[in-house]
Amino acid sequence: MKITVCIGSSCHIKGSRQVVEELQYLISENNLGDKVELAGTFCMGKCQQGVCVTVDDTFYSVSPDTVKEFFSKNVMAGIK
Amino acid sequence: MRKFDTKVQHLKYKVLREVAREAWDDTLLDNLLEIPKKIIPGNTPTMRCCVYKERAILSDRVKIAMGGNKDNPNIIEVIETACDECPMGGYEVTNSCRGCLAHRCEDVCKKGAISFDHHHVAHIDKSKCVDCGACAKVCPFTAIINRKRPCQNACKIKAITMNENKAAAINNDKCIACGACVYQCPFGAIMDKSYILDCIDIIKKSENNTKYKVYALVAPSISSQFTYAKLGQVISGMKELGFFTVVEAALGADMVAYAESKELAEKGFLTSSCCPAFVDYVHKAFPDLVPFISHNLSPMATIAKYIKEHEENVKIVFIGPCTAKKMEVQKEEVKPYVDSCITFEELQALFDSKDLDITALDEDILDNASYFGRIFARSGGVSDAVRQGLKEHGIEDFEFKALPCDGIEACKMALLKKSKNVLDANFIEGMACVGGCIGGAGCLTHGEKNKAEVDKYGHEAFEKTISDAISVLK
Repeated sequence: MKITVCIGSSCHIKGSRQVVEELQYLISENNLGDKVELAGTFCMGKCQQGVCVTVDDTFYSVSPDTVKEFFSKNVMAGIK
Repeated sequence: MRKFDTKVQHLKYKVLREVAREAWDDTLLDNLLEIPKKIIPGNTPTMRCCVYKERAILSDRVKIAMGGNKDNPNIIEVIETACDECPMGGYEVTNSCRGCLAHRCEDVCKKGAISFDHHHVAHIDKSKCVDCGACAKVCPFTAIINRKRPCQNACKIKAITMNENKAAAINNDKCIACGACVYQCPFGAIMDKSYILDCIDIIKKSENNTKYKVYALVAPSISSQFTYAKLGQVISGMKELGFFTVVEAALGADMVAYAESKELAEKGFLTSSCCPAFVDYVHKAFPDLVPFISHNLSPMATIAKYIKEHEENVKIVFIGPCTAKKMEVQKEEVKPYVDSCITFEELQALFDSKDLDITALDEDILDNASYFGRIFARSGGVSDAVRQGLKEHGIEDFEFKALPCDGIEACKMALLKKSKNVLDANFIEGMACVGGCIGGAGCLTHGEKNKAEVDKYGHEAFEKTISDAISVLK
């Protein structure tokens, strides 16, 4: 599974660093390092909906407040 | 009217704008020869002896706007037709000499080069004169002047001479493409080759970023440019032109500062590698010091490399204040990462070639880098960032002695001292332009406030430390 987080300007100021850090933490916490690849990109063309995140090819709008919920719903669930 | 420092810049801009306008419409080849007449209509000359000479020069400018002479590897080119062959005789006595009694000029001249005619008027014997300028300083009538060409005066590394036609000639073995002469020539007879056509081609062939994505990589000195609009509007304007997204080269500067501080602590002595003109100067004038140049790519190349390695199907255009960057992007080690390079002057021309009024656009956002990455744009910034890098690495046992060199003359002094092992510093920050990148030849304006603008922009960065800014780059 590949999670891509936008680290471009618009998403950056909406907290993409916190989202990345939280995801890094959650991935190692759940020992998913070999199953989940975390990547960055500079723009997904949907700046209004940032922080833009894709899981494989599915798009999600995530914020630092919703990242935990996003992770359990869309990452953990997808792995199982 | 757009804000440029000089009318020469404005003229150059008009040529670039018209070339770009035709290029967007695919009509450049059809209308190429009409461009000079479009810019100079009518029969009344405004700059030269006649409109025909004006147009002849303009057609040379059009050539350079289209990439210039392919046989000349230098990106800085002389337009011989535009060169006014300024006098360059060195110190001369003018008719302001009143034939006084004091003869201070004679007394101060150590070479005995000054004599007087029967009207007591001073004359300088050129065979004896060494151009020290002492006589000019003491003359109470300021009657002695130094006839030096502005281009030669601007070129502190003495790469400009005169050819057999008395026109300026650039010695490519010495020239570092800093562009000082381009900005200083009052006749606009020296220009940097433009790659706007490549840039337009890249944007057009992306078919609205569907074939590949076009990234604009923008230098932090942009904060002191386009002062008539908001920075966010400039970013919107770039996206209107067809760039998919805009990324700060300053993020590359953060990466460089982080890596360079570690490299410095390991090696004990370094020079910076971010200014391509400085790097070229070390190679050309101090080859023995080349091993001391930081092995990091420049901030532009560093972030471009990162983007190219992490994203598929991307083309990158660097937009900055710098003419030497156009030379840097042609280097083998940088070529794979940066596809084209234009200046702020050329970006302005691109906006207007599409009749884009950026002041009418909404403000977009530009925020990738930290304060430290952003202040690379001004003299002293790299040193501050490397100091911060050492701190963030937790390297405390290294005594950091930085020497920020503001302009190529200061660089020369520092390198000379280093070559003689008498330099009291372990880090040379080399910036070829006075003031740093904000003094670059490709800037629209060069003002007193530019440094303050860069610092202000630096403080506005969302991330406050280098580590935070680069932590997302994994």
